Amino acid sequence: MTATSTVPPRRPSPIGRIRAFFGGHQSLAIIAGAAVVLLVLPQIALLPPFSGFGTQKDWVGGFSNAGVFVLLAVGLNVVVGLAGLLDLGYAAFFAIGAYTYAYGASPFLNLHIPFWIMLIVGAAVAAAFGILLGAPTLRLRGDYLAIVTLGFGEIVPVVILNANNYTNGTNGITGLAQPSAYGLFGVDGFGFSNPWPYFVTVVGIVMVTMILLYRLQDSRLGRAWVAIREDELAAASMGINTVTTKLLAFSIGATTSGLAGVFYASKLGVVTPDQFGFTVSFTALAMVVLGGMGNTLGVAAGAFVIYEIQSTGLKQLGQVVQSLHLPVVALGPIKVDIGSINFINYQYLLYGLALVGMMLLRPEGLFPSRRRRQELHEDTDEVAEFKSAETLEAIDR
Amino acid sequence: MTAEAALGTTTATSAADAAAGSGTGMILSARAVTKRFGGLVAVRAVDFEIPRGSIVSLIGPNGAGKTTFFNIIAGLTEPTEGVIEFQEATIVARPVRAWAEPILWFALPAVTAVIAALALLAGISAVADVLVGLTAVVLVGSLLIAVIRPRWYLNLLPRFGIFRSARPNDIVTFGIGRTFQNIRLFANMTSLENVLVGMHSRMHATLPDAALRLRRHRDEERTSRVKAREWLAYVGLKGRDDIAARNLPYGDQRRLEIARALASEPKLLLLDEPTAGMNPVETTQMTALIGKIRTELGITILLIEHDMRVVMGVSDRVTVLDHGEKIAEGTPEVVRADPKVIEAYLGAPTA
Repeated sequence: MTATSTVPPRRPSPIGRIRAFFGGHQSLAIIAGAAVVLLVLPQIALLPPFSGFGTQKDWVGGFSNAGVFVLLAVGLNVVVGLAGLLDLGYAAFFAIGAYTYAYGASPFLNLHIPFWIMLIVGAAVAAAFGILLGAPTLRLRGDYLAIVTLGFGEIVPVVILNANNYTNGTNGITGLAQPSAYGLFGVDGFGFSNPWPYFVTVVGIVMVTMILLYRLQDSRLGRAWVAIREDELAAASMGINTVTTKLLAFSIGATTSGLAGVFYASKLGVVTPDQFGFTVSFTALAMVVLGGMGNTLGVAAGAFVIYEIQSTGLKQLGQVVQSLHLPVVALGPIKVDIGSINFINYQYLLYGLALVGMMLLRPEGLFPSRRRRQELHEDTDEVAEFKSAETLEAIDR
Repeated sequence: MTAEAALGTTTATSAADAAAGSGTGMILSARAVTKRFGGLVAVRAVDFEIPRGSIVSLIGPNGAGKTTFFNIIAGLTEPTEGVIEFQEATIVARPVRAWAEPILWFALPAVTAVIAALALLAGISAVADVLVGLTAVVLVGSLLIAVIRPRWYLNLLPRFGIFRSARPNDIVTFGIGRTFQNIRLFANMTSLENVLVGMHSRMHATLPDAALRLRRHRDEERTSRVKAREWLAYVGLKGRDDIAARNLPYGDQRRLEIARALASEPKLLLLDEPTAGMNPVETTQMTALIGKIRTELGITILLIEHDMRVVMGVSDRVTVLDHGEKIAEGTPEVVRADPKVIEAYLGAPTA
C-alpha cells in the first residue's frame, strides 16, 4: 500500500492542469466551450476561404441550423449510443416539437404563447409522445425495435399530411412567431435578416442540454443505460428495471428532439410535413455513427461538421471542381463531365460512402467514447478466455 | 485481514441483518416446482429448502435442470407449476387470476366512457367532449401504468387476488443476488462501474437529482464509490477499479461477478458454477471466498457446482438433480455414499 507513495508525483503541465480542472468541473467546461464557439466560430467565417462562400451573416444563420442538428444528434445519442436502442423514427419527435410550436405561436389556432414557454411545452409534448411510443415497443429488441420506430417515423408525417383540418396538410402552418428577447441585453431583433440572436439561443440550448445529458450519463441512470446496452438480461438480474430505464432513455431523446423542433420551427417561420421525413432521422443517425456513438461531445462535433459539409461544403466543392475546367472524358457512349456534377444531388450517396468507409476504417466513429473503442477493437484485447467461457456454456447446455 | 478492515460499514450492516434473522427456519423454499419446455420436463416436482445462513449445493450431471431451476428462482423463467417462497413471501409461482389484470386497466377508462356516453345522451355535448378527452387520457395513463408496473400497482394486485411472479429486478430488491454460469459482466464497463451497477437497486437518486446534481445524488455517488471499492477489495480485486471488465483475467472476472452480486446486498446469493474453468489454485481461492462470504457477511449461498472438491468442501447440504428430478438430498457424506447418485454420475451397474 505504501509502496506506491515512493514514486514522486509528476508536476502536471499547464494543459494537463486545465484538463484536470475541467475533468472535475464538466459543466464549467461545457459553458467555456459554448463561449468559445460563440466567439470564435463567427470569426472563422470571416477568414478565407470561408469568407468567400458567404457573408458572416449567412454563416451565422447556417450555424444556427447546424445547432438544430447538433441537438438532434446529441439526443439520439442517448437512445442509440448509450442505451443501445436503434431508433429510426427520430424525426417524428422533431416534427411533434415543431408542430407544437406552430399550434402555440401562430395565427392557425390564434394562440400567441412566447417562444421561451413553448420551448418547454414542445419538449414536454415530445417527451410524452416518446413515452407513448416507447411503452408498447420497448419490449422489442434490436432490429424489431428499429422497424417499429421506422414505422412511427413514417406515420407521423403522413398523419400530419392527411389531417388537413388540424394541420393544414401539404401547405403546412405558416406565420409562426419569431422569438422575442423583450429588449433584454439590447436584443430585440430575432428576424430573418438578423441570425445572431438565433445563433446565441441555439448555442445556449445546446449548452444546457449537453450539461444535463453529461450529468445523466454520469449517474445511476447513465450506468443503467450502458448496462442495458451491454447485456440486458444481466442488467435486469442486477436490479435494473429495464422497462422504465429504456423508457427514460427514449423520452429524453424525444425531449431533446422536441426542443430542436421548436427552435427550428421558430427560425423557419413555417412548418410543413415534408421537412420531417426519413432523411432527417437518417441524417441524425448518420451523425451519431460518424461522430462516435456514446460520446456526446464527439457526436455534437460530428453533427456540426457533417451539417456544414452538407449545407455549404458540397456546393463549394461543386464550384471548385467547375472552376478547374476539367476536360470532358468520353468513355465510349458515356461522357463524363465532372465539372458539371451537382454534388448536392449526390449528398446521400456521399453519406453512404462515408458510412461504409467509416465502418471499414474507423467503426467507432470520428470521436469515439472509450467504451466503444474497446468494444470495436476486441481483437486486440485479451478476450479469448471470455469467448471460451461462452462455448463452455454452450457445451454444457 | 485487510479486506475485513476495508469493508468496514458494509460488513457490519450485512452481518447485523443476517444476525437479526439467523437461525430461524428457511430463507427460501421451493415447493413442487416443475418446468416443461414443450415435451421436455427440465425440472420435475422439485421440493427444495435452503436453511438461513447455510451453504447449499445443487449438483447433477449435465442437463439435469440445475440452471433452469436457478433461473426460476431468479425470476428469469416462469415455472410451469410450483411456488417459490423467499423469506415467507411468495415471489415466483404460476400466475393467479391473470385474466383479471386487464379488467383493472380498463376499469377507470370504462367508468369515464360510460359517464361520457350518458352526458352525450343527455345532450350536454360540451361536457361529453371533455369526458371523451378525459377517457382517452385515463386509458393511455392506465395502460402506461400497466407497462411500467410501479410499486404501488404491484402492491394493489394482491387485493384483487391477482398474483404475478416478481420480475428479475424486483427479486434483486427482495435480496437475491446471482452470478452466471457463462460470465455476464458488462464487458466494456470498468470493474468499479460493474459493481456500481450492482448497487443500482440500493441507490435512490432520481433523474432530477442527477440532472441538478442535488445533494442526494452527490452524497450517494461518493459513498457508493467508496463501498464499491470495498467490495472489489473484498473479493481480491483491490486496485483494479479502472480496468475494463473484458480485460480482466478469467478468474478475476468470476470474482468481479461475485463482487457485483454482493453489491446488491443480497441475503441469498446464487452462484452458478463459480469455479468453472479455473485451475486448482484459483478453485481453492474461490472456495475460501465462498466460505468467507457466508461466515463474515452472513449471506446464505446456493451453489451449482461440478467440482466435487468444492461441493464437498464448503456445503452444509447437497441436493442432487438428475433428469429434472431430485434423487438425493442431505449432508455431503450422505450424498456421496448414495447409490442413486453414483448411478446418475457413472451409470447403472450392468448385471
